Amino acid sequence: MRASVRRSRLISLAAALVLTGAVADAGPPAQVVSINLCTDQLALLLAAPGQLVSVSKLAHDPSSSAMATVAQVYPANDSRAEEVYLLAPDLVLAGTFTDPATLQMLRDLGVAVEVFAPALSLAEIPERLAQMGRALGREAEAQAQIDAFEAELTRLDDAGPGRPRAALYYVNSYTSGHRTLAGDILRAAGFDNVADEAGLADGGTLALEQLVMLAPEVIVRGRDYPGQSRAEDNLRHPALGALQGSTVTAALTDRSWICGAPHVLDAVREMRDLRLSLEAGK
Amino acid sequence: MRLASALLALCAALFLGSLLSGPASAPAGASLMALVRDDGTPLSVVMREIRLPRALLAVMVGASLGLSGAALQGYLRNPLAEPGLIGISGAAALGAVLAIQTGLSLAFPLALPLSALGMALLAVLLILALAGPRGASITLILAGIAISALAGALTSLVLNLSPNPFATADIVFWMMGSLADRSFAHVWLALPFIALGWLLLARLGRGLDALTLGEDAAQSMGLRLPRLRLTLVVGTAACVGAATAVAGAIGFVGLVVPHLLRPWVGARPSALLWASALGGAAMVLAADIAVREALPGRDLKLGVLMALVGAPLFLHLIYKTRKEMA
Repeated sequence: MRASVRRSRLISLAAALVLTGAVADAGPPAQVVSINLCTDQLALLLAAPGQLVSVSKLAHDPSSSAMATVAQVYPANDSRAEEVYLLAPDLVLAGTFTDPATLQMLRDLGVAVEVFAPALSLAEIPERLAQMGRALGREAEAQAQIDAFEAELTRLDDAGPGRPRAALYYVNSYTSGHRTLAGDILRAAGFDNVADEAGLADGGTLALEQLVMLAPEVIVRGRDYPGQSRAEDNLRHPALGALQGSTVTAALTDRSWICGAPHVLDAVREMRDLRLSLEAGK
Repeated sequence: MRLASALLALCAALFLGSLLSGPASAPAGASLMALVRDDGTPLSVVMREIRLPRALLAVMVGASLGLSGAALQGYLRNPLAEPGLIGISGAAALGAVLAIQTGLSLAFPLALPLSALGMALLAVLLILALAGPRGASITLILAGIAISALAGALTSLVLNLSPNPFATADIVFWMMGSLADRSFAHVWLALPFIALGWLLLARLGRGLDALTLGEDAAQSMGLRLPRLRLTLVVGTAACVGAATAVAGAIGFVGLVVPHLLRPWVGARPSALLWASALGGAAMVLAADIAVREALPGRDLKLGVLMALVGAPLFLHLIYKTRKEMA
């Protein structure tokens, strides 16, 4: 029994190898399915007309997806092997956090899978764009996006030496340090991050008391989620308002902060505008 | 009298300790100065807006749970009656969750304690109806298990159905209780109901003393039993409902504290009432210091500590009850 299972697995594995090899030789993939919010956005930017056949459900959700309007015309999938396989893709785009069982199942079934790591800094975004360009056979389009992204990022980089201190403050008192995409957005917009002063370079829990004691000039509040929860109470704690000399922003870290795609420029621009308005107010 | 002053001194010391413990470390003297004088520094915000309401809530919640535990035990003449164990706290948590998840508490803040109070009221009435006037252990505990299980399941269901991705994680808070990052908004929200509950329960002393002689003897002494029962029901629901609405369901306080203090007050229910209120406040203050000092940054829930202390005692009490019944 076990031997036969192993043999059938070997056969499907061999088939997968042969098939993926065949696809790779046949030029750019014609039927591409994306099952991750961030690969959805990269693919929507770069794919040739008709090349992308489906995006993940989250891509349609305007509170998570920076390209929800564009994504509406593409059918949504539930990111599970069964539904994805029935779409007959010759390339599936996934993230490193996609369920490994789903990816293994697709590979066993002979579908090529390209996995994208989440970007932890702005510098990784051109790499992700280039990777998507190679995967879709759209290197020229990717290069154009990379050039535009880097030009705009350079244009936005005008912070002087007097960098205001800021904190990212999310639900359940979570914060992000400089080794995260959100932390890098903050840096690019000309802020210093107090999470680094608290020793949280990767992010972690920053107790409300600690946040107040650090007294950052700007407290960037995390996004508002639908419905209610007790875990979000920390974002409305009166201590934040009582802190003199600190500006508490509205719920900011929304869809343009989530994915390593050129839309992070919207976040950088928004934070830079905030910094400029603070400097003007001084 | 000596017990009263000892308990008061303990509460005062623990209150001070609670004000001085937390992740933001600052010298004790400077912290207390910042508490008394609002000088606009971050330390004074920490002391006045975060630590003070937290310590006050620990006193309010602890006293409420200790007092209602002692009152329920006096009325039912059963040491196992405790708001957490017999499902009153669980039902109150369900009420609070319903008020939050329907958005009612957003439009009308008082809906939070009122809804918790309403469900707690329902649970007390159900418990008294099921346990009967004598409060036999078996029926009391079985009814408590049933009500706790139902309230817990409904709380989880409501939170699982919430569109908010963090609501499911809230289940731990509502089941275990915590005072982390509460504010004066919560103090003012709960205070009127808790004060009402204290007033009602404090008036039960003489009636409960008379009841130790048995119902017939008590009634022949002029005790109006239905009125006593009504005061107990409303008082417990107000206390436990409001406390749970802001701090989640914290179990075992009403079991452990009266049990520890009973020998000191000569088993007189009237004396046990105020002693348990003070003892409960001390116990929750101590536990809230422990969760911050033992595992800082982990947001350990109060209910975990309470259960570690309370569950072995609960087992011990059940063992004793079994021997008495045999």
